[in-house]
Amino acid sequence: MIAMTHAGYVAAAWGGSAALIGLYALSVLHRGRKLSRRVPPEERRWS
Amino acid sequence: MTATTSPGTSSPGAPSVAAAGPAPEVPANTGSTATRALGVLALASTVLLVLYGLVWSPADVEMEDSVRLMYVHVPSATYLYVGCFITTVASGMWLRKRTPGWDALAGASAEIALVFSAITLGTGSLWGRPTWGTYWTWDARLTSTALLAALLAGYLALRRLDVDPDARSTRAAVLGLLLVPNVIVVNRSVEWWRSLHQDSTLVKLDPTIEGDMLVALMVGFLAMGLIFAWLLVHRFRVAWLEYQSERIDLDVALAARRTEALGEVGAGAGPPPGTMTGTSGTTGTTGVTA
Repeated sequence: MIAMTHAGYVAAAWGGSAALIGLYALSVLHRGRKLSRRVPPEERRWS
Repeated sequence: MTATTSPGTSSPGAPSVAAAGPAPEVPANTGSTATRALGVLALASTVLLVLYGLVWSPADVEMEDSVRLMYVHVPSATYLYVGCFITTVASGMWLRKRTPGWDALAGASAEIALVFSAITLGTGSLWGRPTWGTYWTWDARLTSTALLAALLAGYLALRRLDVDPDARSTRAAVLGLLLVPNVIVVNRSVEWWRSLHQDSTLVKLDPTIEGDMLVALMVGFLAMGLIFAWLLVHRFRVAWLEYQSERIDLDVALAARRTEALGEVGAGAGPPPGTMTGTSGTTGTTGVTA
């Protein structure tokens, strides 16, 4: 791993993918929290 | 799944409950015990993927360490296909049954598929630079994947149009039906046209990779699958909340309009005919300027 060839491409691909999924997951959770406050508990049957 | 719930099943008092806020014992988010367990599994498998993909698996003889991009690229492309498949099936079910759960599932899955298409195209480009010498070429597989991503973006844009929700969902569903045929074109493109892109890495029971590299790829499928599932459950619940929120807004608007109309009728009725003199500024409040 230390002497990895194409390390920049590997780091960009893995880092970029992790960042994209992480940011998207956070945005979904944020939207969920925001909307949950507007909707009555009986309509949130998973809770 | 709440796919069979119809719009009219909620209590008429829902807006007032929403205004009062949720009960304290019910958490205001899209999480549940099942999603938390799924999230822990997804995180654990991601750690395992990092270890296998970046540390434990060896470099390829030809591709060297750029093969490590495959452990993200191939699973993300696979779950892009899965997302499109779910959207197409849910779109078909919406057109057939007209229940909001199917529409919510179609939209949720398409959004996640777009995220996975971005990862697929991004990691593919980063793999192409050291392998082919270019980030992008108008190859059949690359071009058809980019078109699929554009179709997903168009589908999601259509869902955001400010029109009648039923018509909007129907139009989106018709577009959603086109996703799987496009996935077939993307998947078969390396066989139908001359392509720079390599053939499938895993062909039936005779994979072209083995040992720790195969294990790393399998762990990649597991991790991406769990992440996909976790995202899909949460995003579906967000879509369901969006639907409920829209319905509550509509209920509130209708109630306000009804109150306004009743007020107009009450004011318009006034005293019985023959008793109105029109001389008093207080009794003559019929909506006409005094």
